[in-house]
Amino acid sequence: MPTTQEIPTASPIGRGTPRIDGPLKVSGAAHYASDFHFPELLYAVPVEATIANGKIRQLDTAAAEKMPGVRAIFHRKNIGKIFRSSAGKGNEGICIERRPAFEDDVVRYYGQYVALAVADTFESAKAAADAVVVTYAKEKPNVEFKLTADHDPDTVETSYGPEKRVQSERGDAAAAFASAPVKLDQTYVTPAETHVPIELQGTTAMWDGDHLTVYEESQAIFNLRSVLAQMFGLPYENVRVITKFVGSGFGSKLWPWTHCPLAVAAARQLGKPVKLVLGRKMTFQAAGHRAHTQQRLRLGATPEGKLVSLQQDYVYERSMLEEYHENCGEATSFHYSVPNLRVHFGRARRNIGTPSDMRGPGAVPGLYATESAMNELADQLKLDLVQFRILNEPKIDEGEGIPFSSRHYVECLQLGAEKFGWSKRNPDVGSMKRDGLTLGWGVAGAAWIATRDDAAANVELRDDGSVRVACGVQDIGTGTYTVLALLTADKTGVPVEKVEVVLGDTMLPHGPVSGGSWATASVVPAVFAAADNAMTALLNAATTTPGSPFENRKQDDLAFKGGRVFVKADGPGGGVPFADLLKRADLRLVTGSGRSEGIFGSKAKPKFSMHSYGCHFAEVTWQPEIARLRVSRVVTVIDGGRIINPLAGRNQIEGAVVMGIGMALLEHTTYDPQNGAPINSNLADYIVAVNADVPKLEVHFLDYPDLELNAIGARGIGEIGLAGIAAAITAATNHATGVRVRELPIRIEDLLKSSVLA
Amino acid sequence: MKIFELTRADDPRQAIAAAAKANTAQQGADIRFIAGGTNLVDYMKLNVETPRQLVDVNHLPFDKIEALPDGGLSIGAVVRNSDLAYHPIVRKNYAVLSEALLSGASPQLRNMATTAGNLLQRTRCMYFRDTAMPCNKREPGSGCAAITGVNRGLAILGTSEHCIASNPSDMNVALAALEATIHISGPKGERSVTIGDFHLLPGNTPNRETVLEPGDLITHVTLPPPSPGNRSLYLKLRDRASFEFALASAAVVITADGGKITRARVALGGVGTKPWRSMEAEGELTGQSATQAVFQKAAEAALRDAKPQSQNGFKVELAKRCLVHALKLVTQTA
Repeated sequence: MPTTQEIPTASPIGRGTPRIDGPLKVSGAAHYASDFHFPELLYAVPVEATIANGKIRQLDTAAAEKMPGVRAIFHRKNIGKIFRSSAGKGNEGICIERRPAFEDDVVRYYGQYVALAVADTFESAKAAADAVVVTYAKEKPNVEFKLTADHDPDTVETSYGPEKRVQSERGDAAAAFASAPVKLDQTYVTPAETHVPIELQGTTAMWDGDHLTVYEESQAIFNLRSVLAQMFGLPYENVRVITKFVGSGFGSKLWPWTHCPLAVAAARQLGKPVKLVLGRKMTFQAAGHRAHTQQRLRLGATPEGKLVSLQQDYVYERSMLEEYHENCGEATSFHYSVPNLRVHFGRARRNIGTPSDMRGPGAVPGLYATESAMNELADQLKLDLVQFRILNEPKIDEGEGIPFSSRHYVECLQLGAEKFGWSKRNPDVGSMKRDGLTLGWGVAGAAWIATRDDAAANVELRDDGSVRVACGVQDIGTGTYTVLALLTADKTGVPVEKVEVVLGDTMLPHGPVSGGSWATASVVPAVFAAADNAMTALLNAATTTPGSPFENRKQDDLAFKGGRVFVKADGPGGGVPFADLLKRADLRLVTGSGRSEGIFGSKAKPKFSMHSYGCHFAEVTWQPEIARLRVSRVVTVIDGGRIINPLAGRNQIEGAVVMGIGMALLEHTTYDPQNGAPINSNLADYIVAVNADVPKLEVHFLDYPDLELNAIGARGIGEIGLAGIAAAITAATNHATGVRVRELPIRIEDLLKSSVLA
Repeated sequence: MKIFELTRADDPRQAIAAAAKANTAQQGADIRFIAGGTNLVDYMKLNVETPRQLVDVNHLPFDKIEALPDGGLSIGAVVRNSDLAYHPIVRKNYAVLSEALLSGASPQLRNMATTAGNLLQRTRCMYFRDTAMPCNKREPGSGCAAITGVNRGLAILGTSEHCIASNPSDMNVALAALEATIHISGPKGERSVTIGDFHLLPGNTPNRETVLEPGDLITHVTLPPPSPGNRSLYLKLRDRASFEFALASAAVVITADGGKITRARVALGGVGTKPWRSMEAEGELTGQSATQAVFQKAAEAALRDAKPQSQNGFKVELAKRCLVHALKLVTQTA
């Protein structure tokens, strides 16, 4: 009988596992990018433009240069050359704001960097930055809230390549709408939102000859490496990027912003390491935000509730130079069955910092609009909001004309309805009460792309029985360290505690971006292949080492399971721990590499439509006496493939729902109409949900593996939880108050119009 | 932040002598007292305040909360907001003050913030906080960007064409309803000022926020004895559930006898350029029955002179609902 230690470990996949990096984080031992200090480190603080449109007429640095501890004041004339970077295929060389800081004297948005103070201490650098006097030729900025599409060709260039403005079309949507018996024509507006991760963006850069090392809180270290190699004209391998921990990014740290090359250039000019950490205000100005959108939805249906036409015409803001594409049509073409459909977009230039990806880019504002329209149309049809959706469930992806790999949206809705108690909903506005409060119940659906990025990994089996897995992916606070440990433990049968995980360094095998909810799905095949290769190396040693219990056996006769090697025919009862075999062969370790091709951005037509799905059921309470609306309960069901770590997974969805409460009720970046500044650029004036706003949250995973995506059927779940929640809350709000809010966030001033008074 | 000198005052006379050399006790003061620093340090980081000298008053003997012989209460200038909020006499006799304090900021901030500092808390107007913007309060004569800009959170009462900045304090609103007195020690001796007279309306000089002169040191605040049988309450309305300044708030101190209001003290927050005592509302309430109709009349009276801006018109209705609801709650029989 095997001893207890010898019992093969059951797979940890699907078991709730506390994060393996948790102790480091709670004890302060986890070093985030700006926690690293180096001898002779200098500090840099940018000077921000205080106009949003115009030209720099004069830049007076005399006073600042004379201040104590100041090493240099950099600007266009003395920063040295910073080249541009161009994106290739895959996630290489991507810079959303391509214009390097200081490239010209034109100011196109408020807070654009116009100079950089570098000093011995942060305090001296800040004081010097404040002492730089900039004179501008100022022009009126365009930050007009109402969006009218600029004149654009039918196909436009965007940050991620060309896009047809008619994004999806089938049938004759206009004609079908015109003749539809029941119609809805409404416009939905989402404001600019800012990511506000707790950890601020920043860069610490140091040069050693023509080798550059950068510590940066990046969601995509290999992209940053290629961007910096291009911007500084360096061989790719001369650039090293290190990101051990990220204090959340929500997309704001996906692609580099203009401060990063500034820190690198300053370090180059001064020959010393330079640290540049943005202030909170700067992160509202020049580190991305979710674009403000305006979406007209036209839906037509039969009186029985079958959709006959769906048109989505959306406009989003873009900055003066860049072409970031906020793809609000992301989920529109496949989410419901409708024979006639047209999705079309336009863009409007504004004097604003460049928008970029923010958690669930495109789909989150897009689904807010489409799901809101679905709710309104259902109300108009006097149909139940859940039934109306089920009635329009598609059999295939009608946009692409291909089958779904794994879609269980109807089951999400049914399970959610059951867990929430939806059948008790009285659809009459203001009709439901509890404890003296009026209740509102709403629902909305969610979808998010499931795909994979390129990934490579290395696995080592070591003679002390431990395993090391290395991959140049990032853990952005979502549990990637733990996912890598679980995957490796699953494949090798070594307990999770004996797996060492190394990530966040471009010295490691090329990892995927931590964005798009792709990281987990992408690392699965690479880690599995690496583990297979390491195990093959071990079996090689086992069959060729003189005196090995498996000497002269065929490798095919052997199996590696539960951390042990055994003869297949004898079954797993006996066998030898792999560490023993390594020692016998005089091997410290064996190593295996694995890599997998991504499928994102591939030109080949996919065989399957791969997405995650979900739905939210939201309850609000309404207290008209004080115009107080609060979210009191949310039930979320997610069809997100196989869930590797339900503990971290639930946490991801809960966090997204809390962010969704902020999106629905609180968050908006406000531009000053006169000078174009994002004026509420701090955490007191940019209101996000706080603990007291978080209601009872219930999360259910359907856990159907999507085996078209990878061997264990895991998708990513970082973004799906934010999709749809705002539409569920606006529907609940309408149910409680009778006020239909079509411009987020829902504000007290909207609710004061409610006629539900008690 | 500009480089400054930090000195520590060991006794009040030293502090007063140091600060008496200041050019002003208002915006632009070159010498400032510092206690909790929760507000001043923020503004120094933003270069809104640029003192060359800070006089630390944390060690002065003004850290006591003491019952007064007349039944009132004396609150030291450097008593921390959390200590004040949880003091048994405050909780028993001045519930409105405890509730107001606890509705403000966060526990960490309340552990630092002091009584006198809270009295001097400055506006959250976003234009005041950004030195790149025009602001008559920060830089007299430069204009008001808020009137034509983002003004959703700003004042509707006591405004002028030069300034619409709201007073952000919750504590001040409770002190207004409690008719507190501010005790000041200065180069010319000691004096006391009622809370109603302490803060100034912006008028033509929004940079002048209080009656303080250079060297004036707030030593303590006194509260009159609680009116027998009174009940008091603070109700704060805001966008999110916690950690946000008020859009509208109401502090009410009511004495009722057999359903009839015999004494009423009402102050509003979030809507005024100073803590807004409403004697108009008090007049509508006194001698009347505690009914919805009476509360509504009081609310109408309190907001009669409101001057909404482009974005904050909703505050008129919100403040009315806030006051009516506060009155309803405070007069409900237990």
